[in-house]
Amino acid sequence: MRKAFAEAMVEAASDPSLFFFTVDVGFMALEEVRDAFGDRFVNAGIAEQNLIGVSAGMAKEGYKVFSYSIAPFLYARPFEQIRNDICFSKLPVCLVGNGGGYAYGHMGPTHHALEDCAAMSALGVRILVPAFDEDLGEVIKGIFGPTYLRLGYDARPAGSFIPAYAPWRQVLDGQNGLLVALGPLAGVAIAALADCEFQKRPAVWAVCELGEGVVPHEFWERVPSANLHIFEEHIAEGGLGMQLSYSFLKKGIQPARFLHRHALGYPSGTYGSQEFHRKQCGLDHESIRNLFLKNP
Amino acid sequence: MEKKTFIESKIFLLKMHANANAGHIGGNLSCFDSIMVLFHHHLAIHDRFVLSKGHSAGAFYIALWSLGKISDSEIETFCKDDTKLPGHPSGTGIPELMFPTGSLGHGPSLSAGLALAAKKQKNHRKVYCLCSDGEWQEGSCWEALIFAVHQKLDNLTILIDQNKLQGFGTTDEVISCCDLQTRLSSFGAKVLTCDGHDHAAILRALECKTDLPKIILLNTVKGKGTLFENKLESHYLPLTPKNLEFSMAQTMRTQVP
Repeated sequence: MRKAFAEAMVEAASDPSLFFFTVDVGFMALEEVRDAFGDRFVNAGIAEQNLIGVSAGMAKEGYKVFSYSIAPFLYARPFEQIRNDICFSKLPVCLVGNGGGYAYGHMGPTHHALEDCAAMSALGVRILVPAFDEDLGEVIKGIFGPTYLRLGYDARPAGSFIPAYAPWRQVLDGQNGLLVALGPLAGVAIAALADCEFQKRPAVWAVCELGEGVVPHEFWERVPSANLHIFEEHIAEGGLGMQLSYSFLKKGIQPARFLHRHALGYPSGTYGSQEFHRKQCGLDHESIRNLFLKNP
Repeated sequence: MEKKTFIESKIFLLKMHANANAGHIGGNLSCFDSIMVLFHHHLAIHDRFVLSKGHSAGAFYIALWSLGKISDSEIETFCKDDTKLPGHPSGTGIPELMFPTGSLGHGPSLSAGLALAAKKQKNHRKVYCLCSDGEWQEGSCWEALIFAVHQKLDNLTILIDQNKLQGFGTTDEVISCCDLQTRLSSFGAKVLTCDGHDHAAILRALECKTDLPKIILLNTVKGKGTLFENKLESHYLPLTPKNLEFSMAQTMRTQVP
């Protein structure tokens, strides 16, 4: 997805109000962005606290700033700078975190981003989690305040049809309840369920932005009496499932069944690929397929 | 700046703090001369100022008050309910208060961002940032300095209020930066030192031209002119009526250097 992100940034580079920072990451990914942005691209070196402060300063002077790093280095280390320097002043800085969830796989737990959405939600940051490569062009257009953009891998099968971008959209029809997937897990769900019988598979919704305000009316209408399955590569605390369930309580909506699969950290105490970790959490292709075909 | 303006402002600062029963008067008094000189004699209209040592908000507010940018009635609300002037700047409500500060180590990076923006926008405005000396125990300050030097931000001036006292001891006792001037210089900045209570010396340092990011080490006295001058108590404790009276009398006798 970072290639698609880079292409989207190159497309947008003619806007002189955009500025791009990296903290020395993005080799073999950001070179074209660097070339397109010219002197509006700065490698700020390995110093994330400084990156956020400098980004805030630039934003205060009228720039819309994209600040790019490996996700946990970006939201966790300089948390206070995000809070004080960007969020208190509501500055238009987009924190671009590459490697959402377990995407950095074998690189180990320091590189995984499992609590990013919760941490950024707590600060009121707008959270974007594109599901498919094509989404990038749309999501980078609307940066008006503190934003966190979580990049992963587009996992849908080649050739599958995806409707035009919306923060929430149904990407696969079905009659066996609802499956709500955060970001790229929607692609995993499509790959797992697209060839299943219509009656046995759920309708799959791709969620690309957190926050109650972006949930379409149609979704709320379909929840009552539906079997609801929520999948996210994020810990339970403060993620999509918890945020949604709070909305259900407020709205007096109750699904017939509420199943929440989420990141569990490292239950075996061992480490591996993104697929390995997804499997341990029941978030992989096979687990999703079995959920509907073996336990309809 | 007339002597009358300076003395009147300093007395207003003392009264404002006493009235609010607010602490941190020591650090406000150590940097008050430099803030007043900066705002009255040096800052151009489009220049930027970031108060990194947010606990000296009072001195900043009074400097703005002395220029008519904050009203008497607003000063009355300092550190009280429904105020725009809390004990550390909120970054909202008054344009000159650009960022919320109070957690140390943020100002240098924010200022570097402002300075870089000016460069990229081919604007001649300059950026000034006031830090405490203890603040340079924060690693983020050094990150910002490396960045500023690398980006050749000669439009950035960082003033460091070197009163040598922090929350629980002297800066040397708590965790020494040893010879701060040498360390700062070794990072590639132009470092000047002056008496932080000598207005003419401060102005000379501000006006000194260089093609490097500039740092001015201001040798100052914490709680200057109070009964707890150069004592730890001036960091946290409010002014008692007796201390206020003493400090105001001392201020009235001030010869503006």
